[in-house]
Amino acid sequence: TKCVHLPPEVTATSRHYVDRLFDPDPQKVLQGVIDMKNAVIGNNKQKANLIVLGAVPRLLYLLQQGSSSSELRAECAVVLGSLAMGTENNIKSLVDCHIIPALLQGLLCPDLIFIEACLRCLRTVFISPVTPVQLLYTDPTVIPHLMSLLSRSQRTQEYITQIFSHCCKTPEHQTVLFNHGAIQNIAPLLISPSYKVRMQALKCFSVLAYENTQVSMTLVNVLVDEELLSQVFVRMMQRDQPIDMQLTAAKCLTYMCRAGAIRTDDSCIVLKTLPCLVRMCSKERLLEERVEGAETLAYLMEPDVELQRIASVTDHLVAMLADYFKYPSSVSAITDIKRVRHWTLLIEPSQQHTTLHTTLDHDLKHAHELRQAAFKLYASLGSNDEDIRKKITETENMMDRIVSGLSESSVKVRLAAVRCLHSLSRSVQQLRTSFHDHAVWKPLMKLLQNAPDEVLVMASSTLCNLLLEFSPSKEPILESGVIELLCSLTQSDSPALRVNGIWALMNMAFQADQKVKGEIVRALGTEQLFRLLSDPDSNVLMKTLGLLRNLLSTRPHIDQVMSSHGKQIMQAVTLILEGEHSIEVKEQTLCILANIADGNTAKELIMTNDDILQKIKYYMAHSNVKLQLAATFCISNLIWNEEDGSQERQDKLRELGFVDILHKLTQASDPNLCDRAKTAMQQYLA
Amino acid sequence: DITPLSISLSPCINPKMAELGAGSLLLGDPAFNYQEAELNERLKRLYPAVNEDETPLPRSWSPKDKYSYIGLSQNNLRVHYKGHGKNHKDAASVRATHPIPAACGIYYFEVKIVSKGLDFLSSLLPLSPIPGWDKHSYGYHGDDGHSFCSSGTGQPYGPTFTTGDVIGCCVNLINNTCFYTKNGISLGVAFTDLPPNLYPTVGLQTPGEIVDANFGQQPFVFDIEDYMSEWRAKIHGMIARFPIGERLGEWQAVLQNMVSTYLVHHGYCATATAFARATETLIQEDQTSIKNRQRIQKLVLAGRVGEAIEATQQLYPGLLEHNPNLLFMLKCRQFVEMVNGTDSEVRCFSIRSPKSQDSYPGSPSLSPRHGATNPNLHSAGADSPTCSNGVTPPNKNKSHNKYPGVSSASSSSSSSPSSVNYSESNSTDSTKSQPHSGTSNQEETSDSEMEIEAEHYTNGVAENPSARIMNGTYKHQEILQAQDISLGNGVAEDSCASRQLCGGNQAATERMIQFGRELQGLNEQLCREYGKNVTHKKMLQDAFSLLAYSDPWNCPVGQQLDPMQRENICSALNSAILESQNLPKQPPLMLALGQATECVQLMARVRSGSCSFARVDNFLH
Repeated sequence: TKCVHLPPEVTATSRHYVDRLFDPDPQKVLQGVIDMKNAVIGNNKQKANLIVLGAVPRLLYLLQQGSSSSELRAECAVVLGSLAMGTENNIKSLVDCHIIPALLQGLLCPDLIFIEACLRCLRTVFISPVTPVQLLYTDPTVIPHLMSLLSRSQRTQEYITQIFSHCCKTPEHQTVLFNHGAIQNIAPLLISPSYKVRMQALKCFSVLAYENTQVSMTLVNVLVDEELLSQVFVRMMQRDQPIDMQLTAAKCLTYMCRAGAIRTDDSCIVLKTLPCLVRMCSKERLLEERVEGAETLAYLMEPDVELQRIASVTDHLVAMLADYFKYPSSVSAITDIKRVRHWTLLIEPSQQHTTLHTTLDHDLKHAHELRQAAFKLYASLGSNDEDIRKKITETENMMDRIVSGLSESSVKVRLAAVRCLHSLSRSVQQLRTSFHDHAVWKPLMKLLQNAPDEVLVMASSTLCNLLLEFSPSKEPILESGVIELLCSLTQSDSPALRVNGIWALMNMAFQADQKVKGEIVRALGTEQLFRLLSDPDSNVLMKTLGLLRNLLSTRPHIDQVMSSHGKQIMQAVTLILEGEHSIEVKEQTLCILANIADGNTAKELIMTNDDILQKIKYYMAHSNVKLQLAATFCISNLIWNEEDGSQERQDKLRELGFVDILHKLTQASDPNLCDRAKTAMQQYLA
Repeated sequence: DITPLSISLSPCINPKMAELGAGSLLLGDPAFNYQEAELNERLKRLYPAVNEDETPLPRSWSPKDKYSYIGLSQNNLRVHYKGHGKNHKDAASVRATHPIPAACGIYYFEVKIVSKGLDFLSSLLPLSPIPGWDKHSYGYHGDDGHSFCSSGTGQPYGPTFTTGDVIGCCVNLINNTCFYTKNGISLGVAFTDLPPNLYPTVGLQTPGEIVDANFGQQPFVFDIEDYMSEWRAKIHGMIARFPIGERLGEWQAVLQNMVSTYLVHHGYCATATAFARATETLIQEDQTSIKNRQRIQKLVLAGRVGEAIEATQQLYPGLLEHNPNLLFMLKCRQFVEMVNGTDSEVRCFSIRSPKSQDSYPGSPSLSPRHGATNPNLHSAGADSPTCSNGVTPPNKNKSHNKYPGVSSASSSSSSSPSSVNYSESNSTDSTKSQPHSGTSNQEETSDSEMEIEAEHYTNGVAENPSARIMNGTYKHQEILQAQDISLGNGVAEDSCASRQLCGGNQAATERMIQFGRELQGLNEQLCREYGKNVTHKKMLQDAFSLLAYSDPWNCPVGQQLDPMQRENICSALNSAILESQNLPKQPPLMLALGQATECVQLMARVRSGSCSFARVDNFLH
């Protein structure tokens, strides 16, 4: 199906190579394979030709044939390895020819040279992004066999660990490798005399430990040549070690720390891993290293404020990160041109144009990667400490950069920028000052219109903070018609988005005027409101109750809302109080009742509902003080003296036995409850 | 009887230690001495390139260079403030005893805030009289975290610091920057373009403020050695990747020439020939000449100095006559070897048949007699590995001081025909080294034998004053020591048995005494002709002192008997021969090494900090 047009003379030479593989004389076949090996080295065109002409199945046949000499089989594996070194298309063709099972089968042969050639080829195939990693795990005998081959030679060690580190992509893969003794088998390789082996072993540990408590907990107790593994990693982070090794060792320790295997105040984290990662962010490092360094550092300190504080003063990190936004700079543009010129020496003129484009794409990608990494790190740095947030926002053009980051084409950058904004939005001071000055709400609102869920979660969460009542951005956001948007979020399948939507609405309704509240109720619709009250996510339920409570504040608002939606609200309240819910949910619900009891006309909805009154009575005698307090508060509102009809209500409630309960509560050990009950009793005495 | 002498003669007491001890008035405290030794060791490890005789390292605060408001205690490491602390005028500072030597490359010290008053500043100050301290100073304030540089206005720099914090200051003398640390965390570059000769300094301003300095007395909180390792790697990388450009071929020719001349210089004839063949280069000196020198060197290294003198006179007539100092040194050595019982003039007495001496040079074929002399040849052969033990011993410097005249001796001017001439015998060796005398078979054997022996004393020969730097490579030492042990057994037995004056032979002793008189005569003659020579006098004294002890090997001057002492005279003789043939008296490789070493030392003097990580011995394997 491939459309390949080959010049006839090229095809002729290549065909000759393939034809020789079919010679009846095994000696000539061997010579043919060796000649083919020499012809394909470094020649992508030749590789493509041979693949198209069907060399691969024949080579695989020869490789698998028991009658082939071990020399021939090894040479076949070498040629296949060479073909794999070409383009991604080559790899695809090889995988389509079922090269992987054939080579894995070849590993059972006792001949070490053949095994090494097979592994080398497998390595090249597996590290390609086009190869499905699952192919390594299809046959359950493969992993244990690879483990056993680790002892054969430095080459087998290098190739196998490299295969592992590229094929360990999921927690399941981690578990499979772990269960087959990956740690015990690979740990000794960390002190191998070969740098390549040490490096690949280290990479294995970094992928094994990532977000894996079981692996991490095992790793901390492993000894390599009587030295703790963490100390081996610390040595690998020494400043005279190759950067790749320092960075990967820092990753291992980071993952072990995040998995809880190493304390965040351990000196190997504070004095070694963290400074090492900060160094990786320096201008002297390569772009990829700076990106990985920043991302790993962000991950390391995310949950720990003390690490955030230390990082914020280490080697001017906050200022150093500002450089991430200066790529591609005028200086790098010059070096890039040089790089392009350099490349042109190696390629045919017709390809120059594409190479230039590739280089520019490459740079653009790097620029995106750098920016998103910086945003991530800023987000992590500023997630807890007010002083650090101040330091970040005072960095040159920081707010402008975030604002423009929010509307970048790359989703990754947008996500990181909004994360950063979210982190900074936890600061009351920043909400009041820089956030307002830079009108961050505008790009944020734009971002919310059409974005992937993960961006939406962050953006809406940030919006929640911008809608806090002291935020000067609240007004303009309200005027921009955000309510519809938030209401649509509450209908999302993602619990995080539903929470953020309803949370933002809750914040918006806090001390809002009647118009806004009316709009919220109208836009959300009672049906949706009650659907949210039965949401399986307790966070959603809590925030919805919070919204209700905010809607039901100040007497006129209470009466108005209750007059239009009283029936449904009372139903919902009843259901929640009867259902299996947490104390917090019930408390919040009782508080809503207390608010309702504060209305003028709304009171009657409770007074006429004996079921609800019985429930209030029940909660006044509950073992939880918070619930008792909320229920008492409700009763207190109902019997308040200065209001119309208070006498009748007092009488009715006395009949229902509330006075006795109040009387008991005046003896309560909790002083708040005791006071509340006494205040309520006074209403009767007055 | 050894003790009183050893005190007067032993240079083992480190003068630096004594000086320090005296300076700090706490010499008697053993704990303090222990700390001091530990400090010395740590400083040596941190700053190996620093020559403390020229540029001492800061070790404490200076009781002289301080404000009166400053009090010092705990070996001048603790600083406390005793002023009023009312305003900025009451600020006071103290600096360390010495400025930071550039040869440190990277310098680091820490200060622990034991107790914090209201204001504290830590700073670095340049060399200047006390009143001018405030100018050109560089510091980091604790109260606001600002850095200040030469002027009063601070720049936001780092976090604030207080009681319990450990603040470190690192001066990078390679790029002239400085950064501070807080509790082991680097706070990033504070200053660039720092001037040279900065003193570690602290300033205080509040009553009750106490800080403790750590100039290396304790392990540092910050891992400074890790930081140093990065710079070492950087500088080594710079050297390793030094661009050669178009001159690759030129460099290769130079390197080949260096290797070749080195081999020729030390007389590794076959190796040199093989190398020349492989690299298609030419050897300047002819083979016979190389072999002659090799033979003479072997004789000296075997302690057979008399024969060596004789061979030299025979092969290079007039050489020793033109180098009376060298001749004198050789004769002194010969005397020492007589005491040792190794020189052939005394050894002949201990051989059973005195005739054997006469018989073997004359026998051209393998006679049974020849077999009898074999043990001697063997012991000679075994001697060279002993002396080849090219380990630079700690007392090596001492021996150089004793014989400083190696180069001056060879360069001193003309004549005085040697008055002493003991032509007694031709050794078998002389026939051996005649290239055309033996059959080709024999020659090959002897050739390979020589190469093997040459292997043994490779390092030892290189061990001459100019080549001191050559040694210090540890792998070699281990190998050589291992050889030493295995070969040493035989030698030890041998020397134990013969560890008597002149091998315990009466006639030999008489010969030795007679020789001593002649030597004394030679000295007097030289004095008359060239005036008094202190070096000669000392040499003679040392040599004669051996006779004053019942066991010369275990006496204060017994070190002269160590076969290793032959190496200096051996290389001096070799150099003199080469010079007389108009060949360089030193191999270019050694010259290059010497020059590189000098350059690095010069770098330290002109304050180029990278010298600390560009040490020549780092590149010798």
